[in-house]
Amino acid sequence: MIKLIGVVIVVLGLAFRFNPLLVVIVAGFATGLVSGMNFIDILDVIGKAFVTNRYMSLFILLLPVIGILERHGLREQAERFILNLKGATAGRIMLLYMLFRQITGALGMQLGGHPSFIRPIVAPMAEAAVAQGRTLPQSILDEIRGMAATSENYGNFFGQLMFIAAGGLLLIKGVMEQTGYTVDLITMALYAIPTGVVAVILASIRYALFDRKMAIKLKQAVESNSGGGVSQ
Amino acid sequence: MTITLDHMYYLTGLLLFVFSAYTIFDKNHKTKWGTALFWALYGVTFVWGKEIPGPIVGGMVVVMAIIASMKLIGIGSYGEASKESKITEAVKYGNWLFIPTLVVPIITFLIAKFTALGALVGLGIGSVAGFVLALLMTKETMSSASNEGRRLLDAIGWAAILSQFLAALGFLFDKAGVGKVVADMVSSIVPTESMLASVVAYCVGMALFTMIMGNAFAAFAVITTGIGIPLVVKLHGADPAIAGVIAMLSGYCGTLMTPMAANFNVVPAALLEMKDKNGVIKAQIVTALPILLINIFLMYYLAFPGVK
Repeated sequence: MIKLIGVVIVVLGLAFRFNPLLVVIVAGFATGLVSGMNFIDILDVIGKAFVTNRYMSLFILLLPVIGILERHGLREQAERFILNLKGATAGRIMLLYMLFRQITGALGMQLGGHPSFIRPIVAPMAEAAVAQGRTLPQSILDEIRGMAATSENYGNFFGQLMFIAAGGLLLIKGVMEQTGYTVDLITMALYAIPTGVVAVILASIRYALFDRKMAIKLKQAVESNSGGGVSQ
Repeated sequence: MTITLDHMYYLTGLLLFVFSAYTIFDKNHKTKWGTALFWALYGVTFVWGKEIPGPIVGGMVVVMAIIASMKLIGIGSYGEASKESKITEAVKYGNWLFIPTLVVPIITFLIAKFTALGALVGLGIGSVAGFVLALLMTKETMSSASNEGRRLLDAIGWAAILSQFLAALGFLFDKAGVGKVVADMVSSIVPTESMLASVVAYCVGMALFTMIMGNAFAAFAVITTGIGIPLVVKLHGADPAIAGVIAMLSGYCGTLMTPMAANFNVVPAALLEMKDKNGVIKAQIVTALPILLINIFLMYYLAFPGVK
């Protein structure tokens, strides 16, 4: 039981809103110490794991590209693009992106990501579709952005396992074979489809409800300060 | 000479050094020394990560955590363009502005598919290509390109390194045998004679342990050998392929609900400059829980062909 001390620290630390980096370090040291490692061993493990996982942060290379384009009106162009499109709502844009992500993922194409699609394209378009030329308060912008970020995760998670050579399927195969069971990749890819369909249906409902919620919220906001539209 | 992942790390480190240097010369930056040190240390782990002994890198990582938790890292000034100038530029370039951002994932994909370099090297090369294209198109200076990149990285702040931190924690959890404790606890409270209860234990166990580890792949081996194989497959006769894939998808439901999966949930919130770093998770819970529930039913009705 004492081995769960790290988990307890993480849960409590995040609940009390300490800085997550600090929480993770403390949890890491506590877990290491109860499992009989010394201070230097723990630093060694942290350092090595940090270096091994540098690939997770390669998106930093993409930031100057997005930065330059934003300086030259990328977000404003996303807005113009959406305002010229009849019937574009935030929810429909998100659903469309999710389907694109899911289908390309099922075909084994890893086309996507929050830095390459959500920040530069999907979120600004969704914001513009809600705003329709008005200025939105930060709280509503945050809601739209949070929702836009979900479309990447839903599409990615519930599409990738439909691809026969997906990393996830290979991992399942590896674990099963280690314990003496042979499993077939095609069967696994096939049985990833029902959950994928369920995810699309649930996301469609969520996004449609989101559109309605935004319409109601904005109507209220406009009425409550009918003088000059929605203020910042 | 072949391009390897190490070259991409050198490039990232170099970029971080540039950001760090620009931070020092940023007169309107309230926390410039902390921020500059933070990105410089991070840059060192990219350029010399393999050469420096593990405990020293670990010490640097601890220093970064301390800088962040003492709020010594923050936002500066970046000489941004005015809203009017951005609108003028948007009218001037039109939809061409999307091309450099789209070039990045397309090149990444092509390199992953048609060369032996791999997707990560592809991402690096794609980013460089996108960068060159964006520079040529907008005739922007390197200096304002650096400032714009720094603007986005500062907006993400300490969350940028959280994923790597959590990977280190996951490794420590693994070494301490946290997974076995969790699997033992779950299987000790489950009435094993019930097929449905075993399925629930496998799916919910995957979701919960993924939430702890922040990674469904890390959770899969532990929960499958601890619960999936002995209870669901051996005792009740499930097809391991079908049960396995649905269990993995249940783990993904857990990924949607945890700040431990920082690269999917917390980093995007920071990247989108959302006030609430848990905003993405809050939006996802309402979808993830029903999918988890449906996964339980899917496993119960689909994974036992010939048994029922």
